[in-house]
Amino acid sequence: MTGYIALTPLDLAWGACLVLINAFLSLILDLGIHRRLLIAASRMVVQLSLMGLVLAALFSHVSPWWTALAAILMILFAGREATARQDRPLGGWWSYGVGTAAISMAATVVTVFALTTALGPDPWYDPRYAIPLLGMVLGNTMNGVSLGLHTLTNGVVLRRAAVEARLMLGATRMEALGPVIRDSLRSALMPVINGMAATGLVTLPGMMTGQILGGVAPMDAVKYQILVMFLLSGGAGIGAVTAVLGGVRRLTDNRHRLRLDHLARGGSLF
Amino acid sequence: MRGPSGAGKSLFLRAIADLDPNEGDVVLAGQSRDSLAGPQWRRLVGYLPAEPGWWADRIGSHFSDWAKAAPLAARLGLPAEAGDWPVTRPSTGERTRLALVRALAAEPKVLLLDEPTAALDVNSVLAVEDLIAERVAAGLAVLWVTHDPAQAGRVSRRSVIVSAGQVTDEAEENA
Repeated sequence: MTGYIALTPLDLAWGACLVLINAFLSLILDLGIHRRLLIAASRMVVQLSLMGLVLAALFSHVSPWWTALAAILMILFAGREATARQDRPLGGWWSYGVGTAAISMAATVVTVFALTTALGPDPWYDPRYAIPLLGMVLGNTMNGVSLGLHTLTNGVVLRRAAVEARLMLGATRMEALGPVIRDSLRSALMPVINGMAATGLVTLPGMMTGQILGGVAPMDAVKYQILVMFLLSGGAGIGAVTAVLGGVRRLTDNRHRLRLDHLARGGSLF
Repeated sequence: MRGPSGAGKSLFLRAIADLDPNEGDVVLAGQSRDSLAGPQWRRLVGYLPAEPGWWADRIGSHFSDWAKAAPLAARLGLPAEAGDWPVTRPSTGERTRLALVRALAAEPKVLLLDEPTAALDVNSVLAVEDLIAERVAAGLAVLWVTHDPAQAGRVSRRSVIVSAGQVTDEAEENA
């Protein structure tokens, strides 16, 4: 690392002024979001500070067990976040189970793949590489999984008559649900595709700008970013396919019937 | 089959077509339903619900071969161009007839009809009854749910009443 400007608490206080201005605007315009805004900002500060402490501890030890534990906790939180975003979740533990299983499989495969091939740190589980990489892949995988499941469960409820019409004519569950499955995967992958298309023109990705601010040569930062974008699309794709196909299995049965009773509240919104 | 609304007629048809989890055995020409996969069974046992569903943008896309189905549609008073209609165009009555053509075109052995003529004018009702009678003569078995006692008299060989989950033969009830 060649020189970078370290931030002092006073520097952060300057930034926090902007959040206070937002809260003030909410008060005088009666938006009613100032409490949530301040709570979210405080959560962000606390969560990131804790993460900083955890990372500092992890980096100083380079233990596979502590790294694995951190990774598992991150995955469980990602699963919870993906589940919380569903309008019509699967009933019981299935929503959390399918989401978390898909996220953990996709994120683990992609992260380990990158660590053992492209990046190749020594040891490969070096938390300085593994944890930030997993974090970025997890975020996108979680988005893909939650969008895919969301579109699937909404789709089967709204298009129930269309799906059953095909079942009535002797279609298999995959044939009858084909259009819904395609919609679900498309909407799961759209953010990644849009993200890749806009990167560099409209947006400068956070990781790359972070590296540049940290003193890394722009071309090196760009190469990292390209690799990361590929990993993100891989994670979102594998995660969404796993989650959507898992959801399809739960929403149908081996007699190829549509089982909306497996949605929480039987598929009705209220 | 007749009976008050909410007596369970549609649920009964859905159970026979194996669209909901249900108990009991159903046998078709000596073959048990459980010995067939769900889709295989439903190719033999067609079902026309009261509100049929549509999955594609155009009517014709719902048929494996619209040209082959068009003569059937013509008998029910639907033009050959109906295949090019968007699914939002036909009226409720036209949609029911199109769905009947779709179900018949799949050539099932049994057809479950859920009030197929509820939304039809008198001429269309007779055309539907004619067409079904012709298929029945050719060997199709039909279970027909209707609210109209006169229609039940015209089309049925055996007539049952469903009420509060109980099935009674109409002949027994009148006796």
